[in-house]
Amino acid sequence: MRDVAIIGVGMTKFGEHWDRSFRELGIEAGFKAIVDAGIESRDVDALYVGNMSGGLFLEQEHVASMISEAVGFTERNLPAVRVEAADASGGVAFQQAVLSVASGIHDTVVVGGAEKMSDLTSIEVTDAIASVADRSWEALFGATLPSLYALMARRHMVEFGTTREQMAQVAVKNHYNGARNPYAQFQREIKLSTVLNATPVAEPLGMFDCAPISDGAAAVVITTMDKAKEMGKDILVRVAGIGLATDTLALARRKTFTSFPATRAAAERAYKMAGVGPKDVDVAEVHDSYTIGEILAIEDLGFFKKGEGGIATEEGRTSLEGEIPVNTSGGLKARGHPLGATGVAQIVELVWQLRGEAEGRQVKDARIGLAHNVGGAGGTVAVTILEVI
Amino acid sequence: MDVGIVSYGVYIPKYRILPEEIGRVWGKDGAAMGKGLMVEMKSVPGLDEDTVTISVEAARRALKRRPIDPRDIKAIYVGSESHPYAVKPTATIVAEAIQAAPDLTAADLEFACKAGTAGIQALLGLVKAGYIKYGISIGADTSQGAPGNALEYTAAAGGAAYVIGAEGVIAKVNHTVSFTTDTPDFWRREGMKYPSHGERFTGTPAYFKHITGCAKMLMEKAGTTPKDYDYAVFHQPNGKFPVRVAKMLGFEMSQIEKGLWTPKIGNTYSGSMLVGLAAILDEAEPGDRILAVSFGSGAGSDGFDITVTEEMKRYNRSAAPTVKEITSVYKIIDYALYTKFREKIKMEGE
Amino acid sequence: MPVPRYWRYQDQRYNLAGSRCTVCGTVYFPQRPLCPKCHRKSLGKMERVTLSGEGRIISYTVVHDPLSDYEHLSPYIMALIETPEGATLLGQIVDAEPDEVEIGKEVEMVFRKLREEGKSGTIQYGYKFRLKG
Repeated sequence: MRDVAIIGVGMTKFGEHWDRSFRELGIEAGFKAIVDAGIESRDVDALYVGNMSGGLFLEQEHVASMISEAVGFTERNLPAVRVEAADASGGVAFQQAVLSVASGIHDTVVVGGAEKMSDLTSIEVTDAIASVADRSWEALFGATLPSLYALMARRHMVEFGTTREQMAQVAVKNHYNGARNPYAQFQREIKLSTVLNATPVAEPLGMFDCAPISDGAAAVVITTMDKAKEMGKDILVRVAGIGLATDTLALARRKTFTSFPATRAAAERAYKMAGVGPKDVDVAEVHDSYTIGEILAIEDLGFFKKGEGGIATEEGRTSLEGEIPVNTSGGLKARGHPLGATGVAQIVELVWQLRGEAEGRQVKDARIGLAHNVGGAGGTVAVTILEVI
Repeated sequence: MDVGIVSYGVYIPKYRILPEEIGRVWGKDGAAMGKGLMVEMKSVPGLDEDTVTISVEAARRALKRRPIDPRDIKAIYVGSESHPYAVKPTATIVAEAIQAAPDLTAADLEFACKAGTAGIQALLGLVKAGYIKYGISIGADTSQGAPGNALEYTAAAGGAAYVIGAEGVIAKVNHTVSFTTDTPDFWRREGMKYPSHGERFTGTPAYFKHITGCAKMLMEKAGTTPKDYDYAVFHQPNGKFPVRVAKMLGFEMSQIEKGLWTPKIGNTYSGSMLVGLAAILDEAEPGDRILAVSFGSGAGSDGFDITVTEEMKRYNRSAAPTVKEITSVYKIIDYALYTKFREKIKMEGE
Repeated sequence: MPVPRYWRYQDQRYNLAGSRCTVCGTVYFPQRPLCPKCHRKSLGKMERVTLSGEGRIISYTVVHDPLSDYEHLSPYIMALIETPEGATLLGQIVDAEPDEVEIGKEVEMVFRKLREEGKSGTIQYGYKFRLKG
């Protein structure tokens, strides 16, 4: 296997892009990543696209061909692959691209992640998102995706004494970080009381416990470490470890409701490949589509003991100045959550952190970064570890 | 061969509305209206309830009291005037939901408020002829009254299921007769949401004529008089009519009060007399004799002369809730919620 | 949900019909053609089993942002229910106010309308739960 390096990153601002299409967002992110890499379009061998549901959001499938054409890759009829793993589509697409380079099939690959959600009304988005749960046994009976997270949140509260305030603190922290990220959908700080008094969505979760409806795209360029070195980059970001795992599609068919076993499995694989442990991680982007998700993540990734994620958040241990800064970008909550784009945007943020380019939210001496991308209610989890060499 | 009731079960939705509340909206003295009709409140189905769900719940309760192999049920009839489909049977859904399918016959019946008793008569015949071991007949409705119409004070939801057979009979049907004429006292045309009625015409030439006619025929056939019965139960479109018809026939209040449930739940239409009969069976002792007469507009009455058997002592009555228990838990809603529950609000796209 | 897709699993949705692996005894809901523990040893050895419909609430939520199918019922209660047979179920709790629902409370299955395929389409029925007693 060949070592893989990330040589370019780029993303659109996340938010409601009323006047811009899926294609346009994809072009912007891809173009920025290619420019950032200092390569030409002709240097690219293949395209991977993470997209959750062009079908439900745009009535458009076959988005690999669509984006390949949009960015000009069809001029050379390049291979392009669309990867779908619910809102882990971006993270999984990235890992698939890494495998294609590591294996020797391709040398230089662009990985894009994109979603255009704002064309639909809120309830149509709720319906579309529910298709990442088990349509036949969850959504048919009335379960929305936030309701599944709410069921886990309540179990976590009962089993570990996690409080509503501790969950709310995740949103407060991520908005604080988002206020320092020019690409974030919400660049403003919020108060704990705002989260606690928000309209309920699925009790105990309220509006401010949930990631917003977003449009956006993110892209990275990867190549072999040898090629990256030849390019004479100052800072090389290496893909140190990747781990992918699945779990039951339906929450009810699990044995635990206070942990994502797939996070544990994916993390174990990524840590093993990277030869590091949770203590070595300097900065992490985790999947906080719902605030409880970040608490589950920081426990399951091994940053904190099971049951202590809430209190650790409350104590500021995951803040920008904390021992393990989590979601410096603002996370899904404040940066925004264009489903298929999220996993790639996490990689973009980590690269900025590892290169020391995360102005206003830079984590000092960040050497190792971890991205954690969840599909649905934990049916797929991708964990990726990056390091500066 | 003794043929009769082998088991029974009742289901009434949890929600209630008061006549005062209906009157408040339509500028009527609802309390006086309720008093006149002798209806304290009426049941309202939840938004996810209909004749199918009520029928299934009632049938499942009947099978809890008498856990026969559902595959021995060879006929299911559901009598209702509010089948949720105009075409596609309620009875087949019930059959699947009690695991009786596919080796059985099933059909939906309609005869205004007496289709459930018509089903019982059909089953008595099938059992007696030896064609089937058990059959279930259900009378259930989620009846509608047009907003502001007098019917709105009584049109309620509920139902009862009766397992008919010749084995394990808890209440033997000694005689059954019907009294049928063409009398258009109440009707609903295809595609219409609310029924229409002939107001006072629904009384003397319809309800009273058919029930008294049927009850007299029945007693003549059975060689009985009102004194021979421990209980009597009649169709109860309101609380007033059954009391008056009982008096006309020579029954005492003490004979009918156990089966008089419309004052508490309203008129459950196809379920009406059958819920009353169930309330009597909830407390009856072996040897008790019951006269039961239904009424369906259009019009007709089915009469049953019933005797409770010794089998009642072995029967697991407490495996399902009694009518008294079912109706003791309820939630009163206002007219706004009622219009939502009864889908009287014109929604987007309709 | 189109008619065939709903109809195919009607027995499971009406009657809580699950499957039991006769090799290891584990009960699954919904039904599975193979036991994930016993793999090919369980081929042809999965039997239909009807769950009692009884259970205990292990978590619940009140849904205020509903699916379009359930907009008319909003807010409604969803719960995770542990059954004595071993399978955990997800279902709605009906005829209860949110403050009546608690973890640990016992429930029983009821038969309700799940959704309608529009005003002229089929009506899809299935299990929901109500608090016992």
